[in-house]
Amino acid sequence: MPTNKDFFAGMRGAFPILIGVIPFAMISGVAAVSVGLTFFETVGISVIVFAGASQLAVYQLISAGSPWIIMVLTAWVINFRFTMYSAALAPHLQKLQTWQKALLAYMLSDQAFGVSMSHFAANEKVSHRWYYFGAALTIWIAWQISAVIGALLGALVPASWGFDFAFPLSFMALMFAALYDRPTVMAALTGGSIAVLAKGLPYNIGLVLAISLGIAVGYFVESLLRRNGVIQ
Amino acid sequence: MSTASTWLLFLAIGLGTFLLRFLFIYLFGKIEMPVELRRALRFVPAAALAALVFPALTHPAGYLDISMQNFRLLAGLGGAVVAWKTRNVLLTILVGMILLWALESALGV
Repeated sequence: MPTNKDFFAGMRGAFPILIGVIPFAMISGVAAVSVGLTFFETVGISVIVFAGASQLAVYQLISAGSPWIIMVLTAWVINFRFTMYSAALAPHLQKLQTWQKALLAYMLSDQAFGVSMSHFAANEKVSHRWYYFGAALTIWIAWQISAVIGALLGALVPASWGFDFAFPLSFMALMFAALYDRPTVMAALTGGSIAVLAKGLPYNIGLVLAISLGIAVGYFVESLLRRNGVIQ
Repeated sequence: MSTASTWLLFLAIGLGTFLLRFLFIYLFGKIEMPVELRRALRFVPAAALAALVFPALTHPAGYLDISMQNFRLLAGLGGAVVAWKTRNVLLTILVGMILLWALESALGV
């Protein structure tokens, strides 16, 4: 079992995407301090929740004085996409003890999922769990260190540089790597378009809706092509 | 907000988020995953990544902006060409960020 090699391959696979992770984590640290959280609270939410988009949503709701139930529900809805990542990753993370599965699940992020799944699609023979562990741990460490730095720097990080734009750019490269036939292209076009149209819906529910419809359309197109004998 | 309720808030969000991440990894094998579900899951990366990317370009300030003043949309389209041709994360970020800064310094207010 080429475990070490695949662990380090996962780390290397995650490196390019850190350019998006590090500024985003720093920005989230800065944002947390700016809405009145202490340094330890900022580090605390970063370690306990470890999901940037939902953390940013919570900071915004804290500054708006929202009730805590709204904050909790909003964060859960934004993080609902993890169930889909979890189900897709599950076959790759089996024959492990429950605490090991729990640890790997805790480290799950958009980036770890994207890096791992696009690597698995092209490389069948790597140890999937070790590759994922390497990628997820690298991203987790980079996220935590950057969040601490962000919390320390406070308002000194210039948001005007727009480094958060590195995030959609990194997702974009991973997205194109996930497009390898007509059904996956249709899934992406549908998911993206619905996300744009449903952007105004409350609690970021549009994101979950868009992903679900994207999957449904990809599945439907694949069934159609199979029935017509275009693909097997 | 008091310190105690702040930490309870974090724990509630964190516990729920952990369960969302853990659920299907844990249940796998206990409940056999249907072939049809596995077929559907093939489309998760494409659909999810597109759903994160598209609104970030069309709604950079929280509202729909399809115009030549939306520099993130223009820079993102440039980045998309690089992503399509190379599938390289680093190169896509580099070209996209340089395009954004160039547009902002040349045309920004």
